Amino acid sequence: MAEGENEVRWDGLCSRDSTTRETALENIRQIIVRKTEYLRLVKETSYGPSEVLSNAVSLDGLNKLLAHLLMLSKRCPFKDVREKSEFILKSVQELGIRIPRPLGHGPSRFIPEKEILQVGSEDAQMHTLFADSFAALGRLDNITLVMVFHPQYLESFLKTQHYLLQMDGPLPLHYRHYIGIMAAARHQCSYLVNLHVNDFLHVGGDPKWLNGLENAPQKLQNLGELNKVLAHRPWLITKEHIEGLLKAEEHSWSLAELVHAVVLLTHYHSLASFTFGCGISPEIHCDGGHTFRPPSVSNYCICDITNGNHSVDEMQVNSAGNVSVSDSFFEVEALMEKMKQLQECRDEEEASQEEMASRFEIEKRESMFVFSSDDDEVTPARDVSRHFEDTSYGYKDFSRHGMHVPTFRVQDYCWEDHGYSLVNRLYPDVGQLIDEKFHIAYNLTYNTMAMHKDVDTSMLRRAIWNYIHCMFGIRYDDYDYGEINQLLDRSFKVYIKTVVCTPEKVTKRMYDSFWRQFKHSEKVHVNLLLIEARMQAELLYALRAITRYMT
Amino acid sequence: MEKMSRVTTALSGSALTGRTMHCHLDAPANAISVCRDAAQVVVAGRSIFKIYAIEEERFVEKLNLRVGRKPSLNLSCADVVWHQMDESLLATAATNGVVVTWNLGRPSRNKQDQLFTEHKRTVNKVCFHPTEAHVLLSGSQDGFMKCFDLRRKDSVSTFSGQSESVRDVQFSIRDYFTFASTFENGNVQLWDIRRPDRCERMFTAHNGPVFCCDWHPEDRGWLATGGRDKMVKVWDMTTHRAKEVHCVQTIASVARVKWRPECRHHLATCSMMVDHNIYVWDVRRPFVPAAMFEEHRDVTTGIAWRHPHDPSFLLSGSKDSTLCQHLFRDASQPVERANPEGLCYGLFGDLAFAAKESLVAVESGRKPYTGDRRHPIFFKKKVDPAAPFAGLASSALSVFEMEPGSGSMSWFVDTAERYALAGRPLAELCDHNAKVARELGRNQVAQTWTMLRIIYCSPGLVPGTNLSHSVGKGSSCGLPLMNSFNLKDVAPGLGSETRLDRSKGDTRSDTVLLDSSATLITNEDNEETEGSDVPADYLLCDVEGEDDELYLLDPEHTHSEEPEYVLPQEAFPLRHEIVDTPPGPEHLQDKADSPHVSGSEADAASLVPVDSSFSLISVSHALYDSRLPPDFFSALVCDMLRFYAEQGDVQMAVSVLVVLGERVRKDIDEQTQEHWYTSYIDLLQRFCLWNVSNQVVKLSTSRAISCLNQASTTLHVNCSHCKRPMSSRGWVCDRCHRCASMCAVCHHVVKGLFVWCQGCSHGGHLQHIMKWLEGSSHCPAGCGHLCEYS
Repeated sequence: MAEGENEVRWDGLCSRDSTTRETALENIRQIIVRKTEYLRLVKETSYGPSEVLSNAVSLDGLNKLLAHLLMLSKRCPFKDVREKSEFILKSVQELGIRIPRPLGHGPSRFIPEKEILQVGSEDAQMHTLFADSFAALGRLDNITLVMVFHPQYLESFLKTQHYLLQMDGPLPLHYRHYIGIMAAARHQCSYLVNLHVNDFLHVGGDPKWLNGLENAPQKLQNLGELNKVLAHRPWLITKEHIEGLLKAEEHSWSLAELVHAVVLLTHYHSLASFTFGCGISPEIHCDGGHTFRPPSVSNYCICDITNGNHSVDEMQVNSAGNVSVSDSFFEVEALMEKMKQLQECRDEEEASQEEMASRFEIEKRESMFVFSSDDDEVTPARDVSRHFEDTSYGYKDFSRHGMHVPTFRVQDYCWEDHGYSLVNRLYPDVGQLIDEKFHIAYNLTYNTMAMHKDVDTSMLRRAIWNYIHCMFGIRYDDYDYGEINQLLDRSFKVYIKTVVCTPEKVTKRMYDSFWRQFKHSEKVHVNLLLIEARMQAELLYALRAITRYMT
Repeated sequence: MEKMSRVTTALSGSALTGRTMHCHLDAPANAISVCRDAAQVVVAGRSIFKIYAIEEERFVEKLNLRVGRKPSLNLSCADVVWHQMDESLLATAATNGVVVTWNLGRPSRNKQDQLFTEHKRTVNKVCFHPTEAHVLLSGSQDGFMKCFDLRRKDSVSTFSGQSESVRDVQFSIRDYFTFASTFENGNVQLWDIRRPDRCERMFTAHNGPVFCCDWHPEDRGWLATGGRDKMVKVWDMTTHRAKEVHCVQTIASVARVKWRPECRHHLATCSMMVDHNIYVWDVRRPFVPAAMFEEHRDVTTGIAWRHPHDPSFLLSGSKDSTLCQHLFRDASQPVERANPEGLCYGLFGDLAFAAKESLVAVESGRKPYTGDRRHPIFFKKKVDPAAPFAGLASSALSVFEMEPGSGSMSWFVDTAERYALAGRPLAELCDHNAKVARELGRNQVAQTWTMLRIIYCSPGLVPGTNLSHSVGKGSSCGLPLMNSFNLKDVAPGLGSETRLDRSKGDTRSDTVLLDSSATLITNEDNEETEGSDVPADYLLCDVEGEDDELYLLDPEHTHSEEPEYVLPQEAFPLRHEIVDTPPGPEHLQDKADSPHVSGSEADAASLVPVDSSFSLISVSHALYDSRLPPDFFSALVCDMLRFYAEQGDVQMAVSVLVVLGERVRKDIDEQTQEHWYTSYIDLLQRFCLWNVSNQVVKLSTSRAISCLNQASTTLHVNCSHCKRPMSSRGWVCDRCHRCASMCAVCHHVVKGLFVWCQGCSHGGHLQHIMKWLEGSSHCPAGCGHLCEYS
């Protein structure tokens, strides 16, 4: 049995041409049938230990195929592929081979599966998005399925990501995925790491690199420090960091490469925030996304346990037991009331200059103490930790240890005027794409709040955005930070802070306990604001350092 | 005249003097503004707000407006403006959204006058009315513009841009009621100050934020805008729709733009990022800045012309905490360093070339060496209409025109179509191709084919036929005869008649004289021939015999390093020497003229003699019973192929390569071959010669080429019944379980030629369909489709 003829090619499935897809599927079917038959043959005849081993290897290969097929049967935007994959799986099962079944509860552990759009029931616009995404990546990942709550944003997001990973750019393809792995690993985001390990190998990356950063080229190792600082304490980035990367003799980065790398790093840091913030489940075809065991009594799934989450039932009891529905209803009302008040009395009650300044400081200081109570240390999964060094380095509030970092004034260095120009100069077109993405995320609104319609949410959105920037020490001269205190309650602040600074510690309890009356789509919307604000904050610090290096 | 008088009155008090100078500020500046008297400048920034007096040699700090110990955001200035009517009035825009006015006439230390806290976001710009004393305009990040009357405590009117942040507001200098505002989304709006409800006019000026705008000081309708898209655009607002009249492309986003006083087309710009210089542009020459000031070490944030009627003093503030005065005469002028050269191809191969005159002069002096037969069809000295640049940018323009007809490629198409590349013996192929080339008047190519034929297929074939032909002269005698026929066919101008005569003369005795004299010459010329006891009549192949013997007897002496065209230069004079002594003088005449004639007539005259001499060499090679295998020539043939390819006649190179096949392939490296093939195929496809191109692909032996026509060979077929794609191989559609390829006329399964309509996918036997469509234009299947048969 030659390996060559059993090489499965999935790319045919990404075609928009149904005939091509059909041929590709037919090929896959034949290969699977061959493998299955071979396995059965071996099972009947062989008993030697060596054969058992090779048997196990080929069983493993087959199982991978089946898992991929399972993913296709659930997540492919093309109906014909979904049906045919399911058919193949069925026929394999009839042959007496165990087939996998999906684990978990849909794309997100936080959002009930029935709330999320099912593949196949999307409208035309979403279908185009899905098809594009599937054509580019060969999969429809859970992130996409959750983001599709906001198709307008998703489109811009996918376009940017596609450009960053697959289009023209100064960095080679496997570098890009490796940088993605590095960035995601900083937050122990095994979901993104797994995805990009596959992509990295697919574009011809050296598997050795995956054993740890020390096996990667020196050039990428040099990036480790920037990655670390950028992920956890971006305000500490200085032009010396930049200089160190740009002037490292044969391992030095070019400015264009560096900007590309910085954009990738910030993109994946914030995407890790999204993954944890929305409780994205592992992909069906990756480890932990499916099981070959028959359905059993246990409702636990591996990922829930490792992430410190307990079964869903328990959570529901928790949230339902603690607050009555009327309580949470008042929450929304109170928030609306406050927004209205702020809008009206803004002109009357004029805060003094000093007070305004101190409000920022207060908010900044308070944000330090805002932290989840269950601060238990989660040890990163084994396979993720090897992608980054210095595991102890994490988010530290910037004035905690008496180290004074000057406040970053947006009026002196902002994305629209400065950051954009720099990025667009060094990595053309990406500045435009990111700019669009920021705009869409910042201005996205449906004028609804929970059950209310026609609400101007701009004040709330601005408060969230500025609160995140405030946590990173970025100040808007023209913003009254007192508003944040009025609009964001403590449980919400805890959630924001955790998602943005230590995403790996987000739990379902946190997700459930803020804004209880709001819809899931609105919570996803909050997450979009969070990740874009975080990305912009990191970018601003990194780009400012680059600008300072250049002048 | 009026303007002139105004200038003089304005300057009459004291003509401005000064030098390029700078002074250090304590903090980065965000904006600067000049007092009406041109003697003071105010600098504002996040933590600086000072007035400096501009003296002859230096700046002197005159007043610090930042008083009080506590830092206040009200003093963190994004913009500052000095009233152009009232010397004691200033306004600042604060980053926290406050608009502050300052009265220098106040007796106390704190000069702050009024505080307007109406904007919710950062105020980006403030602007005083140019003539009205109490009117102030502000534009803010919150998307509103507000007009204040300084005599009142709050704004008079609010203008909503209905879009994103306002980046700049500017009162029109000439129109009392008009002001322009620019927005972050790329729009520019024109407002009437009396009508706050809606803007008078709006248009999209830039892609991305418009950071700044400036009204032309004299030209009423001109507005300059600068944006993040690195452009400065000048708009004519007098027309119905705002018209872009000039556009300058800079290298970085444009933060400020200011028209230069007294210079109608000049404006100064500075950038917000990356680029620290200040440029002064002539908008009519948008590619090279007219002047450049390079003093700053960080981005320039504010620029102002010192006096509204003096074009030579420019003030600037920068993030590097310096305030500078630039003198125009000290500016660096990039034009001086530029080499004004341009080169451009026209659609039909014309070439235009412009360069500095000095360079062109050298060029023309060098002309004899370049050997370019084409001279510029016109040669023009360009006089620049822009007077200030006349001295800088004078250039000469030369245009070279293609010779009429030389661009025509009909010979290429004909040749491609008529050449035979395979399927016949080599000799026939060569003959055929030679004939084709000859008929198209490409004698050199024809000659080459003939030579190839002789090189690669003469030995076995020719001597036998000639043996019977020339009795008593030895088998070899016939060969030159035959060869000279060839020559006559190929190059009629080359004195073939004489040659023919001479070869005829072989049988006669009088020409022997000539030949023997030739022997004499050869013996004189070459000592090595002495040893060879050649019969006199044997040397009837005349002078070329000498070259030939060089080859034969002394192969290592063949001057292998000499390019092939060296040989003919030897051959000519020698032949002349011979023909100087023939008995028939009229033949001499013929022969002496003919080479020249042919040389001037044929396109590649210089090579024709090469060929003839070669053919003769090869002939004599045959004479000496093929002691040289064809391999011996392969190096030469390869050189020849390269020569053709170099000349651009890749067609010849590829054709020969295909025809000769294995004989030369190994001597040319794979990559070169591939390169030739791809170029030729590309050319063929451009001329839509699909069949030829395919034939070439098929005949090529290079793998990279032959796989070209193995791509996309799938033909997708739909079932004629259910219109679904036929997925399985075979005759039966697996959906409707019927034979798909039924003839619509006879209803039998078609095996063999099947013709079908691409519109309705019905079809059948070729014969049947043809017959059917002669009588009817509808589809024979009755589907109602109007099928066409072509």
